[in-house]
Amino acid sequence: MVQFALPQNSKVEKGNYFSSKNDSKNIKKINIYRWDPENNKNPRLDTYEVDMENCGPMVLDVLIKIKNEIDSTLTFRRSCREGICGSCAMNIDGSNTLACTKSAKEVAGEINIYPLPHMPVIKDLVPDLKQLYKQYQSIEPWMQSKTTGDNGIEKLQTVEDRSKLDGLYECILCACCSTSCPSYWWNGDKYLGPAVLLQAYRWIIDSRDDERKKRLKKVADELKLFRCHTIMNCTNACPKGLNPAKAIGSIKKMLVTSDNS
Amino acid sequence: MSDLEKNRPLSPHLQVYKWQLSSLLSITHRLTSIINIAAISLICFWIISLYLGENYYKYFQIFSSSMVGKFILIGFTWSFCYHLLNGLRHLSWDFGYGYEIKIANYSGVLVVVVSFFLTTALWFFI
Repeated sequence: MVQFALPQNSKVEKGNYFSSKNDSKNIKKINIYRWDPENNKNPRLDTYEVDMENCGPMVLDVLIKIKNEIDSTLTFRRSCREGICGSCAMNIDGSNTLACTKSAKEVAGEINIYPLPHMPVIKDLVPDLKQLYKQYQSIEPWMQSKTTGDNGIEKLQTVEDRSKLDGLYECILCACCSTSCPSYWWNGDKYLGPAVLLQAYRWIIDSRDDERKKRLKKVADELKLFRCHTIMNCTNACPKGLNPAKAIGSIKKMLVTSDNS
Repeated sequence: MSDLEKNRPLSPHLQVYKWQLSSLLSITHRLTSIINIAAISLICFWIISLYLGENYYKYFQIFSSSMVGKFILIGFTWSFCYHLLNGLRHLSWDFGYGYEIKIANYSGVLVVVVSFFLTTALWFFI
């Protein structure tokens, strides 16, 4: 359902201010969304003054510095610190991206950091992605094949068929795209969203998979697929430079052409 | 759902998300579709006033020759042009072309520029 305003318990209030203790000339203000499940208060926006002279270049470095040196209660997900695990996906400076590949210098002035948009918050910058994973499961993201290749070995793929997976297999399921999509905000319970649809297309277009017809039939749904109105926030957001909008368009096109055998 | 889950706040969305050129053009497409319904209604009233005779048609003429009326009619024309041109953009997407961000941005700007050009042409040269 379309609900533009935040519910009463989700309105963000003014938070605490942590001023820097040293007199560095290169101080950056970082505003971070905070919510603690253990008290009954609304979310708040805390501000931290961070000495950028003694800090790594990426936004994730800034967050780790804050957690280590200023406020150890700050909670966020991170793992690989090189843009391959997708854990540190969050809303930085108004758009979704990975904290570990986003340069802090790129943002002029203060940096605003929020959790991925329109998601239930578990704590601070950690959203609950349960729904997205359930939807991912629903597209059966594994190879479904009843046949084998010649001589009973694995199916081989031509260079051309393999290249159809380029721009799809790189997806790390960080959820930056899905949570940037207004259609997913308003209809996230039914619409599959760009991340899951890109994954669905990844299996639809795989020449080794035998269930293309079944897969297409499964997503061919007014709500699951056709809530995509090509707003393209997804493609703008993708930190891996992929194009979920195009993948969704390809599914739509396959459904109306004969290319669904 | 446990109580803990029920109490979870919803993270900010529209409130914090930066407008992208693509999303701005998309919402404009939707808004112009609504405006176009008003425009079509006005065209209907215009035809009805023609049917009802001179006295009624005069009211329409007073409206259409006033500053406010002209502004509204020109606005309707632009709305129609934008929706039509952006509709062509959507059609090209449906054919599988123009999804790359750079191309989508160029085509979007092109639609805006041409929509103004077309509106001007329709009002002042035809």
